Amino acid sequence: MNLLRLTAMEALEMMGRDELSAGDLTGAFLDQIDRHEGDVAAYLYVNEAGAREQAAAAGGRGGDRSLNGIPTAIKDVLCTEGMRTTCGSRMLEGFVPVYTATCVSRLAEAGVVNLGKTNMDEFAMGSSTENSAFGPTRNPWDLDRVPGGSSGGSAAAVAAGEAMWALGSDTGGSIRQPASFCGIVGFKPTYGSVSRYGLVAFASSFDQVGPLTRSVRDAALMLQHLVGKDPRDSTSVAHPEEIVIPRDQDLSGLKIGIISELSGGGIDAGVREVFQQAVRTMAEAGAEMETASIPHAEYCIPAYYILAPAEASANLARYDGVRFGLRAQGARDVIEMYEETRSLGFGDEVKRRIMLGTYALSSGYYDAYYGQAQKVRTLVVNDFDAAFREFDLLVSPTTPTTAFGLGERVDDPLTMYMSDICTVPANLAGLPAISIPVGLDGGMPVGMQFMGPAFSANRLLQAAHSTEAAVAFDRVSPLIEEQD
Amino acid sequence: MDYEPVIGLEIHVELSTRSKMFCGCRVEFGGEPNTRTCPVCLAHPGALPVMNRQAIRYLGRIALALDCRIPERSIFHRKNYFYPDLPKGYQISQYDQPFAVEGGLSVNVDGETATVGIERVHMEEDTAKNIHAGVSGRIAGSLYSLIDFNRSGTPLVEIVTKPHIHSPQAARSFLNRLKNTLQFLDVSDCNMEEGSLRCDANVSVRTVGDQELGVKTELKNMNSFRYIEKGLSQEIERQINMLENGERIVQQTVHFDVVTGEISPLRSKEEAHDYRYFPEPDLVPLVAAADFIAEIRGEMPELPADRARRYVSEHGLPEYDARVLTSDRELSDYYEESVSLYGDAKTVSNWIMGELLAYLNNAGVTAGECRVTPTALVELLGMVKSGDISANIGKEVFTGMCETGESATAIVQRKGLTQISDTDELESLIKQVIEENPSQVEQYRAGKEKVIGFFVGQVMKRTGGRANPQVVNRLLKERLAE
Amino acid sequence: MVNHDDVRYVAGLAKLKLAEEELDRYAVQLSTILNHINKIAELDLDGVEPTSHVLKLTNVFREDEPQSSISQEAALANGPEVEGNAFRVPAIVRK
Repeated sequence: MNLLRLTAMEALEMMGRDELSAGDLTGAFLDQIDRHEGDVAAYLYVNEAGAREQAAAAGGRGGDRSLNGIPTAIKDVLCTEGMRTTCGSRMLEGFVPVYTATCVSRLAEAGVVNLGKTNMDEFAMGSSTENSAFGPTRNPWDLDRVPGGSSGGSAAAVAAGEAMWALGSDTGGSIRQPASFCGIVGFKPTYGSVSRYGLVAFASSFDQVGPLTRSVRDAALMLQHLVGKDPRDSTSVAHPEEIVIPRDQDLSGLKIGIISELSGGGIDAGVREVFQQAVRTMAEAGAEMETASIPHAEYCIPAYYILAPAEASANLARYDGVRFGLRAQGARDVIEMYEETRSLGFGDEVKRRIMLGTYALSSGYYDAYYGQAQKVRTLVVNDFDAAFREFDLLVSPTTPTTAFGLGERVDDPLTMYMSDICTVPANLAGLPAISIPVGLDGGMPVGMQFMGPAFSANRLLQAAHSTEAAVAFDRVSPLIEEQD
Repeated sequence: MDYEPVIGLEIHVELSTRSKMFCGCRVEFGGEPNTRTCPVCLAHPGALPVMNRQAIRYLGRIALALDCRIPERSIFHRKNYFYPDLPKGYQISQYDQPFAVEGGLSVNVDGETATVGIERVHMEEDTAKNIHAGVSGRIAGSLYSLIDFNRSGTPLVEIVTKPHIHSPQAARSFLNRLKNTLQFLDVSDCNMEEGSLRCDANVSVRTVGDQELGVKTELKNMNSFRYIEKGLSQEIERQINMLENGERIVQQTVHFDVVTGEISPLRSKEEAHDYRYFPEPDLVPLVAAADFIAEIRGEMPELPADRARRYVSEHGLPEYDARVLTSDRELSDYYEESVSLYGDAKTVSNWIMGELLAYLNNAGVTAGECRVTPTALVELLGMVKSGDISANIGKEVFTGMCETGESATAIVQRKGLTQISDTDELESLIKQVIEENPSQVEQYRAGKEKVIGFFVGQVMKRTGGRANPQVVNRLLKERLAE
Repeated sequence: MVNHDDVRYVAGLAKLKLAEEELDRYAVQLSTILNHINKIAELDLDGVEPTSHVLKLTNVFREDEPQSSISQEAALANGPEVEGNAFRVPAIVRK
């Protein structure tokens, strides 16, 4: 039996029936890491010995913990006490946190096995994982292509069978876009529903932690453990309803809007075709599918690329070489130390965004950029409010293209930014959104994005699960397939 | 030409909460460096701030005591700049939506009461401490610095006055008044040496009658009110001299050297301040709704003016006493405790205003630091009241108590100071005195009654001042009338 | 739109040391990006309230209860340069 094809739900059931041991399960994933990590490079750190120990302990404890023994990969943007956390940056090479992120602790308490820390675009800034200071991750469907980003390592690990599921973070699409590129499920929760404590900040008013999984039901299962108010995060709130694992049912009674601005001209023809096929399948499954509008959609990328870099420029000021991380040697004074440390420690894209954000906040430009972008944010929030008065949910393709080739866009920041066009609106409005694979275009996965009103995770998960079943996309990457 | 100085003050007050502004580390002065830190106040990656409710309550007390308007909504901003004592690379502060605005505090200057306007009161966090290694201990010339993050994130309230102060003396009076108010509010220990109260002053001069403000300079971080007064005087003099000589004043920060008494400009910063303030996304807005304000009002400690009024109306003290006693938090507390133990407010007040204050001023200690506690004072007052010792002996005993820390009883016993009220013992002394001074007896009997003082003096002399003067008086009159 | 000197100024604020040719490269890239971003100037935003936070939360507090700090050793463990019990940095003002 190919254990790598299992979902976490299936694995838990098998372990509950004693048909599978936690040790064998973790062993299967570690073996796959051995086989393919050299090509895929999904991990920055593989916690091999620790994972085996945890799995052995999980076996002893039986199934008393709800996620007992599930092999989990953690994006290296989340702090893990005693385990190196680099955010894909030279700046934090060798940094060992003194505390663990709340979301990681919650999963650990539920019994997951920590397989290690996954690669990412430096400080979560990027859409291809090529901005990692430690080299790119490759897409398990085609090693010449990017896995997306910034949670590219997590997405690739799950798609390659190097993890059963993974934690990622999403600021402008960093969970959904790589999930789409790698043919898996990625969920970005409502802003505030998952604690950010221990998530290394990129843009604080956008960042959310969420699951990358092999099924919608797995996403719901992990989300059950992630949500909740954390006294250490002032912006976290209790999720108003308990997260329910979706059941098998059709889509009847749901009125779903297809966002015209995000599913037309700017989307590759091949992607559009797969998307439209999925829309037809949804209609056949009972959903009322109609065109919807987010009139200010085209202003989302401009607003996002002011606001997120502005917040980032402050969030990344703490990397100054004083208390942790890299310090350039030989500086004659503090200013020199700052400038040399930061120039040495940050890569190109991070510097570019710090510069952009600093510029947008600097004297004389604040009103024209930051102030205006905040107002655009209001308009986008209002657009969604209006749309949700008419529709239960909204859909669009997750990305305008399938995974692009390694190196194809590295010299063209703006084109790279445009690959977030479909995902950024949900971050601006703080809304929950999920991407599920709905087909292939030229052999590469295509994702469909569902967006819902704030805290509508259950509605979103149920619809995504029903669509998943109706579309019946059952392909996995060749790296998993070859173990059949 | 006549010049008028225009002064505005910026005061930073460290709050005496138990824990820091945004994390649970303890607030304390000193101690082993870097022992009161955590991921939040060290700005480790991923750490987030959570506001201390008590700090906001204290802030509310200050705003109310300074008669400020508290807008319903205020928000926090990030103030961005790099400095080794600023771990996040930004300070969480308030900017265009501060907690409180438009207040005032009335101050007595040269016998006149004037109100100094308060521009704003806002919440922020303190920085860490740089220790400059090198010969002078000062920043310039040091080879490197060491950073201690114990202070990082201590709640800090900034109070900004309007430019309503027109003399260095008035600035000092204002600061004294403000400090006293803050101490009565129980929100800060206001210890200037430990840096829990710090003051910057903006100063400019203009010709009297001019409506426009002159170019201002800033005197930074002076650590005593006396130096602030001196520094301002020096700077005002310097500015007037420059204007007289037709020179232009440059907006800059100046340093007042407390040793030489000289003002020198600090090297102007290489880059302009461009703090890039923007709303702090890690915190949510602060809404001071009516019930929140009512809650703070409900727990407001009594302010000096209110205490003074109570001393007059309930304790029957003269206004002067009431004002002196409430000019200092510790003194006022000392008085209150003594009255609660002793009862007779005026007697307590007399002793505090007389003996205690004289001693405190001389010794340079505060009422709280004085070795004679209210309990010890009240014991002494009881001995005077019961006639065990005379009031004069009592004063001598008080001095002894201050010096040695002994109790009144111990001193009286050790020195054998108990008052002689025993009639038999006094009778024989009086008999002797009368026999030995026949001419004074004659005078008295001839109607010169003042001579009684001479006889009292003689008896006192023979008892080493221990005779009870009332008893001596009565006995003398009886004998001389015979 | 963004010139060499703008980039130098911004790099100074952000404490990034950029070589001359980098200043030029960033000037071009930032101009391209800002050119796209300037699209928002098309919008009439008068009277629109800014959104700095999508959550409607207010007054989130913790109680004033001291929690244990991390040890001095743990605090200093990640320090790139430590002297005794403190973090060490080069001169703040150079002679």
